[in-house]
Amino acid sequence: MTELNNSELIRLSAAQLAAKLAAREVTSVEVTQAYLDRIADVDGQVNAFLHVNAEEALAVAAEVDAIRAAGGAEAEALHELAGVPIAVKDLIVTIGQPTTAGSKILEGWHSPYDATVIKKLRAAKMPILGKTNLDEFAMGSSTEHSAYGPTRNPWDLDRIPGGSGGGSAAAVAAFEAPLALGTDTGGSIRQPGAVTGTVGMKPTYGAVSRYGAIAMASSLDQIGPVSRTVLDSALLQEVIGGHDPFDSTSLTDPFDTLVAAAKTGNVTGMKIGIIKELHGEGYQAGVENRFNESLELLKEAGAEIVEVSCPNFKYALGAYYLIMPSEVSSNLAKFDGVRYGLRVLPEDGPMTIERVMAATRAAGFGDEVKRRIILGTYALSAGYYDAYYGSAQKVRTLIQRDFDAAFAQADVLISPTAPTTAFKLGEKLDDPLAMYLNDVATIPANMAGIPGLSLPGGLADEDGLPVGIQLLAPAREDARLYRVGAVLESLLEEKWGGPLLAKAPVLGSSSTIAGGSN
Amino acid sequence: MSTDAILSFEEAMEKYDPVLGFEVHVELNTKTKMFSSAPNVFGDEPNTNVNEVDLGMPGVLPVVNKTAVESSIKIGLALNCKIAEYCRFARKNYFYPDTPKNFQTSQYDEPIAYDGYLDIELSDGTVFRVEIERAHMEEDAGKLTHMGGATGRIQGADYSLVDYNRSGVPLVEIVTKPIEGAGSRAPELAKAYVAAVREIVKNLGVSDAKMERGNVRCDANVSLRPHGRERFGIRSETKNVNSLRAVEHAVRYEIQRHAAVLDSGEPVIQETRHWHEDTRTTTSGRAKSDADDYRYFPEPDLVPVLASREWVEELRATLPEPPAARRKRLQADWGYSDLEFRDVVNAGVMDSIEETIAAGASASVARKWWMGEIVGRAKTADVDPSELGVTPETIVELNKLVEGGKINNKMAAQVLDGVLAGEGTPAEIVEKRGLAVVSDDGPLLEAIDAALAAQPDVAEKIRGGKLQAIGAIVGGVMKATRGQADAGRVRELILERLGVEG
Repeated sequence: MTELNNSELIRLSAAQLAAKLAAREVTSVEVTQAYLDRIADVDGQVNAFLHVNAEEALAVAAEVDAIRAAGGAEAEALHELAGVPIAVKDLIVTIGQPTTAGSKILEGWHSPYDATVIKKLRAAKMPILGKTNLDEFAMGSSTEHSAYGPTRNPWDLDRIPGGSGGGSAAAVAAFEAPLALGTDTGGSIRQPGAVTGTVGMKPTYGAVSRYGAIAMASSLDQIGPVSRTVLDSALLQEVIGGHDPFDSTSLTDPFDTLVAAAKTGNVTGMKIGIIKELHGEGYQAGVENRFNESLELLKEAGAEIVEVSCPNFKYALGAYYLIMPSEVSSNLAKFDGVRYGLRVLPEDGPMTIERVMAATRAAGFGDEVKRRIILGTYALSAGYYDAYYGSAQKVRTLIQRDFDAAFAQADVLISPTAPTTAFKLGEKLDDPLAMYLNDVATIPANMAGIPGLSLPGGLADEDGLPVGIQLLAPAREDARLYRVGAVLESLLEEKWGGPLLAKAPVLGSSSTIAGGSN
Repeated sequence: MSTDAILSFEEAMEKYDPVLGFEVHVELNTKTKMFSSAPNVFGDEPNTNVNEVDLGMPGVLPVVNKTAVESSIKIGLALNCKIAEYCRFARKNYFYPDTPKNFQTSQYDEPIAYDGYLDIELSDGTVFRVEIERAHMEEDAGKLTHMGGATGRIQGADYSLVDYNRSGVPLVEIVTKPIEGAGSRAPELAKAYVAAVREIVKNLGVSDAKMERGNVRCDANVSLRPHGRERFGIRSETKNVNSLRAVEHAVRYEIQRHAAVLDSGEPVIQETRHWHEDTRTTTSGRAKSDADDYRYFPEPDLVPVLASREWVEELRATLPEPPAARRKRLQADWGYSDLEFRDVVNAGVMDSIEETIAAGASASVARKWWMGEIVGRAKTADVDPSELGVTPETIVELNKLVEGGKINNKMAAQVLDGVLAGEGTPAEIVEKRGLAVVSDDGPLLEAIDAALAAQPDVAEKIRGGKLQAIGAIVGGVMKATRGQADAGRVRELILERLGVEG
């Protein structure tokens, strides 16, 4: 085996890295250092990381290397992904690193406990490279709402990387990490995946413990994998998934056939349903073209394409913007400056607890967060509850019924992940509604608790930017998405002659990175 | 602090009809908290029995304590409630630093137990039925101590200390329906109701039930209406009335205060009142209007609580005998009159008597000792009779000594004092103090002869068949023997001496 240079090393998928680590062709310290070097090289341009955890990551890597070198039972017992580095969205709490949620209100705060998914990463001995940028408290579709500056899309640094998990998606797209964790409340894993040419999976609600993910909207939030290949997401979901006694909404079902599904992808005889309401009008032509191309490929691979209708999806966005802010208004009440985080004293007037809380929240929260807190407070108010929160819950039931009916006709549903490719930084910052519309195709899955996978579908003709294809399956059928996703991915890569990210522009100072222009 | 005008209770009762309502909070004695694994322990160093959940750290999630649910169901069953098969928690949103999440996780419109009742026995034996609207689960808040202010309240304080040890302690809130028809017995009923709830949760073993520690806390609602009117008056809610006596006094005071307000032609203000034990008065807290908006919504971090009928029946089968039924049974078993039994209950020695009987004493002997000897000593020592240090075994032993003729009742009382003074067992004390009934007839006969000689007219009466006169001679003998004689034996010997058939 010829030795790989760092730029080749960082372009390997997590599964490829895992194989090379297991074969001892490369050490985890070499891999981890290569990623840390890459972060040092390009993150000044991308701003995907809020915190780099070099020392601890290298220590974990060295530990894995020592175990492998010693051999024996302990080496045998190592997890398949042991030594493969990962980045973590800064909404997930970690001992030993700051957790900011992208907000000023948590600046400098260190969690005294690890999220359950972090415990699982540590148990698998995956070096944590650092914490990635996000829209404040995961509220946004562009990562421009971070208090620590926007993350830029590696495909075009003037464009947004999607949101809220723009940091995780951009880190993976820019080869700053092979894997990342994201959270998805209305599309925050999938939409950034779509606009950065990466894979993002929102598992079934409850498939992955939410304990330690700072809650945005509890009934919608879900932690999930971000990666460059479908198989890598499956590998990561098996690490982080499973029942957690600390999260009573976590499912007891085993999700242990995901990797197998990704490896044995096959769509022969499967019915794949196009959702009538989630394409066409309002969708960019280049997005629509790539979507149709994927449908053709699946058809050629033996799938039957059917059309389904989900008539209540037209209410989904409206209902989402009542339920989500309602839960936000309550979940974010704890940030008051009393116990932790920022505390701001009123400039004048009496120093009462109410005024300290108000001053802290006024200074600590950004506009988008405030907008949603106000919206949610209003929606839950006595006299408005039934009309707003109550009605929205009914819509939620209708959306679930639409999905039930659709899945009676199709095994998997398909749509573009987002209506457009990455827009320009600042383009929609003053138009919240336009921003919200970017999640129109991803929100229904959160409302119904079902899994959704976004994978690269190619580049839009008009702007050469990545387009995402979304696959949806019934609750608990995450494996189905990996099965279909892996097939579509291999068909597309065959067509492209390699991974889509190979077409991304060159970043950083390294001249050895093989890059192409789009 | 202004003093409110009040009417005399009697005058208030002449004019108005009180309607009561109670919210009693019961702290459960589960090992861990309602939604976290932190220990549920009273009295430790502040902020030691807390974890990230109790502190409302970012990212935490609650998990319902199953034992707390079981305890809540037991309370519901003991209050004759229906148990919901499906119920949820909600979030009650408000900003206050004793609530680390700035919302309280509480049941709202889906209580675990609802539609029950409790029969309350008043001191004269009258039974009054109090309807229970609901018993729901919630979590306690932390404890704030306001420093530097004159009132101990947050207004005017320089700073406040917060202890989150109590944050997340499981609570069951028991809410009555409006209680009508108590009339002038309202204060007494109030006390008896809270006492009954306290007794029930203690008997169930689900709470330590110590009011002085806040394990059982009462909010008392009072309103008045003119006699004959159906519509309720405007109520006040007196918060945290935390002793049985205070409940009675607070209700009485509020009745008197409301009556004075109504008499003045002013409307009663719907508000929270604070109880002051020192002055036995209430003062105005904050105005409580229906406009308080807690923005309740179902707690999305918790799954619904499902109580299958099988589970509920299993729990019902584990319930101990209800206190009222137990009292009824014990009274019948012991053969006490209503008055005797009520005295026993009011003296707080029912349990002790039961134990003493179990140790081998008869019901009447047990009552004689507890009511006749121990209650008085306990009062003097200012402790509960059960805490005086007399064991059932001591009483059984003492009684055997008396029945066996070794000592008489008067000596037995001295022996009891010896036991309480730590001098040893009753037998040891009899030995040490040289207390023994004189059983040698020789000295007794001498004393009897002397007594008969001293009162020849009495001796004549006895000879003539007036046996009731014998007391005077017995008394003389007892005096002469300094009480060491067995009075029964003395009586026998006197009759023998006089040749009279007993």
